[in-house]
Amino acid sequence: MYDTPASGKTAVTHEVKIAARKVNVFYGDTHAIKDVDVEIEDKTVTAFIGPSGCGKSTFLRCLNRMNDTIDICRVEGLIALDGEDIYAPSIDPVQLRAKVGMVFQKPNPFPKSIYENVAYGPKIHGMARTRAELDEIVERALRRGAIWDEVKDRLQEPGTGLSGGQQQRLCIARAVATEPEVLLMDEPCSALDPIATAQVEELIDELREQYSVVIVTHSMQQAARVSQKTAFFHLGNLVEFGETGQIFTNPHDPRTESYITGRIG
Amino acid sequence: MTLFAFLILFAAVVIGYILNLRAARAIRAGGTKLHSLDGFHGGFSALVTLVPTFFFIILWLMLQGTVIESMIKAGLPDGTLDGLGTGQVQLIMSEIRSIAGGRIFGTPEEWKLEAAERLVSLRSTSSLLLVVLTIALTAGLILLTRKTVRAEFRARQGVERIVLGLMVGCATVAIFVTIGIVGSLVFETYRFFEMVPFTDFLFGTSWEPQIPLREDQIAAKGAFGMLPVFLGTMVIATVAMVIAVPIGLFSAIYLHEFASPRIRAVIKPVLEILAGVPTVVYGFFAILVIAPAIRSFGTDLGLPIAPNTALAAGLVMGIMLVPFISSFADDALAAVPRSLRDGSLALGATQAETISKVLFPAAIPGIVGGILLAVSRAIGETMIVVMAAGLIAKMTINPLDSVTTVTVQIVTLLIGDTAFDSPKTLAAFALGMVLFVMTLIINIFALRIVRKYREIYD
Repeated sequence: MYDTPASGKTAVTHEVKIAARKVNVFYGDTHAIKDVDVEIEDKTVTAFIGPSGCGKSTFLRCLNRMNDTIDICRVEGLIALDGEDIYAPSIDPVQLRAKVGMVFQKPNPFPKSIYENVAYGPKIHGMARTRAELDEIVERALRRGAIWDEVKDRLQEPGTGLSGGQQQRLCIARAVATEPEVLLMDEPCSALDPIATAQVEELIDELREQYSVVIVTHSMQQAARVSQKTAFFHLGNLVEFGETGQIFTNPHDPRTESYITGRIG
Repeated sequence: MTLFAFLILFAAVVIGYILNLRAARAIRAGGTKLHSLDGFHGGFSALVTLVPTFFFIILWLMLQGTVIESMIKAGLPDGTLDGLGTGQVQLIMSEIRSIAGGRIFGTPEEWKLEAAERLVSLRSTSSLLLVVLTIALTAGLILLTRKTVRAEFRARQGVERIVLGLMVGCATVAIFVTIGIVGSLVFETYRFFEMVPFTDFLFGTSWEPQIPLREDQIAAKGAFGMLPVFLGTMVIATVAMVIAVPIGLFSAIYLHEFASPRIRAVIKPVLEILAGVPTVVYGFFAILVIAPAIRSFGTDLGLPIAPNTALAAGLVMGIMLVPFISSFADDALAAVPRSLRDGSLALGATQAETISKVLFPAAIPGIVGGILLAVSRAIGETMIVVMAAGLIAKMTINPLDSVTTVTVQIVTLLIGDTAFDSPKTLAAFALGMVLFVMTLIINIFALRIVRKYREIYD
């Protein structure tokens, strides 16, 4: 069972959920992330922006140790979740990933029914003792994924039969079903049409009430629309990190300004 | 002379290609824009020359024997062949042929010598005619295609159409061969069932096919009940699958999910070597290593074990099928998109949960298809069981007993002195039919499963 800590907090500044200090990532000989320091706050949407190949997705995947599945990837430095080093030997990446959920670029529902897709996480973590409890968890997750009304009558149909936008919201519902504390989203709208994108963005805004959300995006408009904090990555460096409004209207670093105004990309 | 005809054809193809290529280039050099590239004009000529002439030569070679023979027959003195059976006529014709080939036995009759001489001269005329006609045909086709080289001529479409036709031809060859095989099988099986009742064969529990070939021979009376033989096949195939399925699947999962690249680099080639071992070598292995080992193990336990047990043959057959199943399962696992595995891991699933709950279900159609194909191979496998399984058909499902299989019986029925009108020999075809129907059903089933689930999972 995972409790959502510090619920009910409404102040503008939130406590730090994830802190990264001097993080370096190597893919074989390639130095993908260079000395990144960042603090991700609770109940906040943090956007990672930057040109392709700047390392923002790589850094995102460090936060739930998904990079462990890549043999040649090596992570150095400290990443702490609630003050605890997630790369410490005592940390089980499996349990970490239950706390730090992830939504991928391309919707990837399992070839199972809609119900089974959402119930997958709760089942493997033993979150429900009875079928009724599981039904409740699934319904809650689907409602939070803003897809309940569309699928409530066909929960037993395959999740792969949904449209792209529905699939992505199903994947978000699947991720929130395990009650994570942080939700990582790797370009969640890049495979979606504008209407589906708007739905997912609205959903992200709602999710902020309960989770710390980190979103990687290529679209600066999207970052401006959904996030409170923005980090700009360039060539593996974290160039600038601050309030979204400030980054977009009054960037301190000339590289950020160039990117935002479209001169580099 | 035949070789000469083919050489002419080859030369004609090259000449036609070059002529058309040059002509096309000349037009292009003149400033006109051609519809097709120069190479297609050349290729068009080459193909138009090659295909009909090639088939002409082949057809000629196939038919000349029969045509010449009938001409020889017609030229024999009147009444020589009157009242003779087909066998005797064939005998005379083959004697004439061997005389023509220079092998003369005894003193043949004058008319046979004459016929042989005529045969020799007809053959040389035929060869000469073939070469002359080849030259004429190729020359005609080259001229015909040379005329087509014009700016607006669609040579590319022409070439594509001919190549398409060739591909269709190749594809239909397989169909016709299948029809031919099934046809002959059905025909011989039908003859068998004219002698032995259908129900006796299908439901009989006794298989003793050693019936007398001649009147004075002493042999069993004969019984053609396929059940014990069929049961033997099933016992051995079951043993084989019990060995092959778990080993194949687990090795595939290990190699695909857990093995480090270095271990994979060793095990994969070893599995490929295993797949390349000839079945006759597996047979050695079964009789020289496995069977004695099982026997001595049984003696230690005080069990009476036959020297050629179903277990030994099944074990070795199972080992043979391991790389087969393993590579199918490996392909099926590799075909599952990486995003599904990532999605599962990102939800906090362990690797074991990811494999058993996501990867495996998604890969199951490919795996089941592979297993069913392995079953049909186990049923049809011949060499291992011929060497390692028994010959006596017993109604038993005890894998420690000696059993025989459908394929072993087919082999034993068809080797040695055989007469193709006795039920003993024809029984082999009936067994072959049973085997064919069984593997066909399994294969259809396998393909059905693979196709049905693939649609859902994509």
